[in-house]
Amino acid sequence: MESSFLHPITTAHYLVLSAALLLIGTIGLLVRRNVVVMMMSIELILNAVNVNLVAFSRHLQDLGGQIFAIFVIVVAVAEAAVGLGILIALFRNKETVQIDEIDLLKW
Amino acid sequence: MSEFYTSTDHFVLLPALMLALFGCATLLFDFWVFPHEKQRRWLLLFLVLGEIFAGVAYWRQQAFLNDHGGVLTAFNGTLTVDQFALYFHWIFLITALLVGLISYRYFEAKREHHGEYYALVLLAQAGMYFLASGTDLVTLFVGLETMAVTFYVLVGFLRADPRSNEAALKYLLLGGFSSGFLAYGFSLLYGISASTKLSDIALAVANRDPYDPILYLALVTVTVGVLFKIAAVPFHMWAPDAYEGAPTVVTAFLAVGSKAASFALLLRLFLGPLEAARDAWEPLLIAAAILSMTIGNLAAVTQTNTKRLLAYSSINHAGYMLLGVVAGNATGIQGVLIYMLVYVFMTIGAFLILVALNRDETSGEDVDDLRGLMSKNPAHAIWMLIFLLSLAGIPPTAGFIGKYFIFLSLIESGRYVLAVIATVYVAVAIYYYLRLVKSMFVEDPEREPTPLAVSFGTRVALVVSGIATLLIGVYPEPFIRFAQQSFLR
Repeated sequence: MESSFLHPITTAHYLVLSAALLLIGTIGLLVRRNVVVMMMSIELILNAVNVNLVAFSRHLQDLGGQIFAIFVIVVAVAEAAVGLGILIALFRNKETVQIDEIDLLKW
Repeated sequence: MSEFYTSTDHFVLLPALMLALFGCATLLFDFWVFPHEKQRRWLLLFLVLGEIFAGVAYWRQQAFLNDHGGVLTAFNGTLTVDQFALYFHWIFLITALLVGLISYRYFEAKREHHGEYYALVLLAQAGMYFLASGTDLVTLFVGLETMAVTFYVLVGFLRADPRSNEAALKYLLLGGFSSGFLAYGFSLLYGISASTKLSDIALAVANRDPYDPILYLALVTVTVGVLFKIAAVPFHMWAPDAYEGAPTVVTAFLAVGSKAASFALLLRLFLGPLEAARDAWEPLLIAAAILSMTIGNLAAVTQTNTKRLLAYSSINHAGYMLLGVVAGNATGIQGVLIYMLVYVFMTIGAFLILVALNRDETSGEDVDDLRGLMSKNPAHAIWMLIFLLSLAGIPPTAGFIGKYFIFLSLIESGRYVLAVIATVYVAVAIYYYLRLVKSMFVEDPEREPTPLAVSFGTRVALVVSGIATLLIGVYPEPFIRFAQQSFLR
């Protein structure tokens, strides 16, 4: 029996979720000062993309979007690996992960 | 569906395969055959060989296109070789060769001469290949990220130098952010067209109102992502930091290679599938172009670090090239292509003088390090003068030819106000370039003049880029014809 408050989840819901993730990621990148959290914010943005792609893929009954999403995941992993590597190199020299203490170059 | 890997697919993919193959071979040989620091110079040979093999493949593709006309498509329409793509492939090839030639002495002096460097240059170029040739959102995105991730590593290549680490980190954070935005825009474009192919997207975009919310959001996010990559204001913040902190040879590669590849992406997208929505994106690009010229020029005036100054100058050049895209007529596109070619030689030339100035006692990066260069090394001072005049756009150097076509296209398409603004900023730019010229020729050197020893590779690269800068300025016809046959469709 269908209850009145349980609406089916439509593609539009997923698009709103994805827009929210994009916004949270952007705000996180702008206001947080810890580099690791900033990298997590970038991951959130890329996951917003994945939610979008998979939702559209299901809506359009087309597999292309899911394939694109797999590529986005791989790219996100590569970026995180390189990012953490750079962060470790920086930490060896400066002993900090706070972006406002990383100020040798004018920001 | 069609066959999985046809001979056409192979023919189209071959240059990228060669670049990736020699990149991986460099890593192996670095490890097995050349364990000693002094021997690593031989790895430059792999870069040169990789470029020669890729060059032969490009040459064969060019011959095929000349004979049969049209375009070559492969992998079910996801990769395309046309005159436009080949034009950019040649630019990437020249860039990588020139950068490779000036690199070995620089890294030996910094005691960070690792074989990975040549591998990364080759792999970054493989990424650029897919940016210029890709006609599918997935191919373009993966190509863009291959290039971007290798550049993050290259910028942070001086592991022991905190400034290099910091530049890499800032570039990574902002670069990752922009890639995310671009991918978000791509996902929306996929949503409205049910396909990742640019040709299908073109149909879907043409059937929609450009101010339709989803399409408009897609346009805005794609524009933001691309403007980040070409370092246009207001998304330029990473450029001065990354340019200053990176090893100077990498700065040259970043300033030229990354910008050329991003412009290839921009032209593919905005003059291809998104052309139908021109009304919606044109104001965004005009605003970015005017801001880039303003901020680029004004911020460059006060800089005391030459690499930072050249970073703002490259932001300024991005503004001019955007104006060519805005004009959108044949002259404009041709102008962007010629400007890009000119920009390669003059920018690499200017950075290469900084590399040559790099000594134990001076970094070659302060504006003061240029003081009295004329009495120390007249040849370098005169080459630098040519590059700076070209960057400022003064005839008879190549920079003038680039700017001339941009102005011409603005006037032809009736955008007189933009043409006036662009001309005024040329005058501002002359001021800060001539400041460098003055310190080279008029002021006295701080210390006893020490004669500069320059490596053979640097000398070759200097002469090539210097002669090209002059030649395009004095005798531009063949280059103009090359660009004319290269613009899209």
